[in-house]
Amino acid sequence: MNHWLVAPVVLPAFVGPLIVLGMRHDLVLQRVASVAATAAQLAIAIWLMTQAAGGEVQVNRLGNWAAPFGIVLMLDRLAALMLVLTGVLALVVQLYAIGSGWDRKGWHFHALWQFQLMGINGAFLTGDAFNLFVFFEILLIASYGLMIHGGGEMRLRAGVQYIVYNLAGSSLFLAALGTIYAVTGTLNMADLSVRVAQMPAGDTALLRVGAVLLMLVFAVKAALVPLHFWLPSTYARAPGPVAALFAIMTKVGVYGIIRFFMLVFPADSAIERFAADILLPAALITLIVGQLGILGSRHLGRIAAFAALGSVGTLMIAIAQFRLPGLAAGIWYMIHSTLAAGALFLVVDLIGSRRQGGSLWLRPMPPIAQGGIVAALFFAAAIGIAGLPPLSGFPGKLAILQATRYSADTLLIWTTILVTTLLAIYGLSRAGSMVFWRAYEHGTDPARLDHSHDAQRPLPPKVEPDEPVQDVADAASPALALTAAGALVAGMVLLTVLAGPVMDYAQATARQLADPMPYIEAVLVRQEGTK
Amino acid sequence: MEILVATAIGFMTAAGVYLTLRKRTFAVVLGMTLLSYATNLFLFVTGRLVIDQPPILQKGVESYTDPLPQALVLTAIVISFGMTAVVVMMALGAFLEGGDDHVDLPATDRREPRPRPAQDEGAR
Repeated sequence: MNHWLVAPVVLPAFVGPLIVLGMRHDLVLQRVASVAATAAQLAIAIWLMTQAAGGEVQVNRLGNWAAPFGIVLMLDRLAALMLVLTGVLALVVQLYAIGSGWDRKGWHFHALWQFQLMGINGAFLTGDAFNLFVFFEILLIASYGLMIHGGGEMRLRAGVQYIVYNLAGSSLFLAALGTIYAVTGTLNMADLSVRVAQMPAGDTALLRVGAVLLMLVFAVKAALVPLHFWLPSTYARAPGPVAALFAIMTKVGVYGIIRFFMLVFPADSAIERFAADILLPAALITLIVGQLGILGSRHLGRIAAFAALGSVGTLMIAIAQFRLPGLAAGIWYMIHSTLAAGALFLVVDLIGSRRQGGSLWLRPMPPIAQGGIVAALFFAAAIGIAGLPPLSGFPGKLAILQATRYSADTLLIWTTILVTTLLAIYGLSRAGSMVFWRAYEHGTDPARLDHSHDAQRPLPPKVEPDEPVQDVADAASPALALTAAGALVAGMVLLTVLAGPVMDYAQATARQLADPMPYIEAVLVRQEGTK
Repeated sequence: MEILVATAIGFMTAAGVYLTLRKRTFAVVLGMTLLSYATNLFLFVTGRLVIDQPPILQKGVESYTDPLPQALVLTAIVISFGMTAVVVMMALGAFLEGGDDHVDLPATDRREPRPRPAQDEGAR
């Protein structure tokens, strides 16, 4: 039994309340404690990853109860990878939030941040279906608070939609768990796997209902079409760093789909085939909707949100068949997609904080401060999310194309991925050139300003700030913000350089997922010394 | 009894879904509450409906009721209660900031609001 498994859950669970109760009035103290806690989580996650990399599934039985009765925390390669990914993203984005001054635009940012991390870490670690629901609720309730951080009319309105959508999702989750429990009599994932496999094929009607409900819940989280409607407005209206952290939240849904359909519902069963048949078209349409959305949006935040949606679609195409090469490619792409979406949201926030009135609408406006660096970062993030070389989106998409080479729908998949990539490139380059290159058309460039026509020239329209105004001057440290956004881009470079070793790990992860026996044995068989 | 419980859950779900699809936040909040009641009741009966049976192991007792769904439903009730409080606060916040209690986002979420015409100095 490995007691380190509780650390990623317990640490933020202690630091969060500590910040609320003891450091409420001291922002510096909050920042120090919160960054230290996030960094410690990352360190623990890396330490856990070195243990999981060997292939042995680690178990922690909470309260030392015997397995199907007590709650277990499980660590395999996939869970360890997701923990590390969460830690990296959270640490960098948190530094951005401090650098950009977002964390002082409202109350309790750092406490909510820790609770959010507690929920995400717990969801990746737990081996119990109902416990997964509880961690989902923890991460959701923290995300509601983070989503409306800073306030403002549109943000609150989008927040209400987000919360209602996810409450409906939570009800579905409970209904799904109830159905599954009514059929199998257990909620421990490993035990479920055993019992589902033993069930005669004729008796699985109710179980299939439960499985489809469960898939719907995870699809809501992952924002698969047609359950994606909450995503664009939520991500576009959320504070930049929060939207960047949410890049890992859609992956929680993807993780749930992988975990349940690889572990609980056996390979090649009717349930799994049915799920695969629905998932592939849904993933393809998600990709199309996402990339068309980039083209159709007039708001930088929405462009970033649709880009994130498109990357989830690409990811699900790889995973949808629950087969080895696709799964490995999907896991690899999941790392990339999290970094790329996070980077894009941060860069969009950098742009917004430098434009007049915090406006993110696509139209020519006066040039922004540090325009060169921000433009370069936007260029890199756009390349990353669109999947062009040299950044990691390219090997990721290549791996997915290669993995789907021998599937039944190769032509359809390849055409969709390649055409939509073109759409994304077009949409993102149009947005970038509007923001950075047409900046002078506003009539503010002193070199081009023609004073003789001043009398006829209509005054520039007054801009109603639709966001609470955020200025560069307000930021604690613009350099830290720029560095943090750059760090995520650097992460993509690093992922490209280390593509080989990471791909080896992804393949090992996929192989481990494809063979659930060691996982089940670790939970149910080796139980010496339990109560 | 099964029929009674099943229809009750069904009616509550139907009413909850109808109310959730309404345009105003108050109706939506009520709808979410009804939905969560229905779900909690459903969760409760997943352990089968039995009457007058103990949930805890005792000497000399042959049949039991399943205690696990009762534990689950307690958790679910607490969570849905908290979530309802959050959604009420958010809806109130949106109402106070935005001036109306519509759930749907205005068109300015997707299109840029028209700039206020610059004031004409000469007309004054």
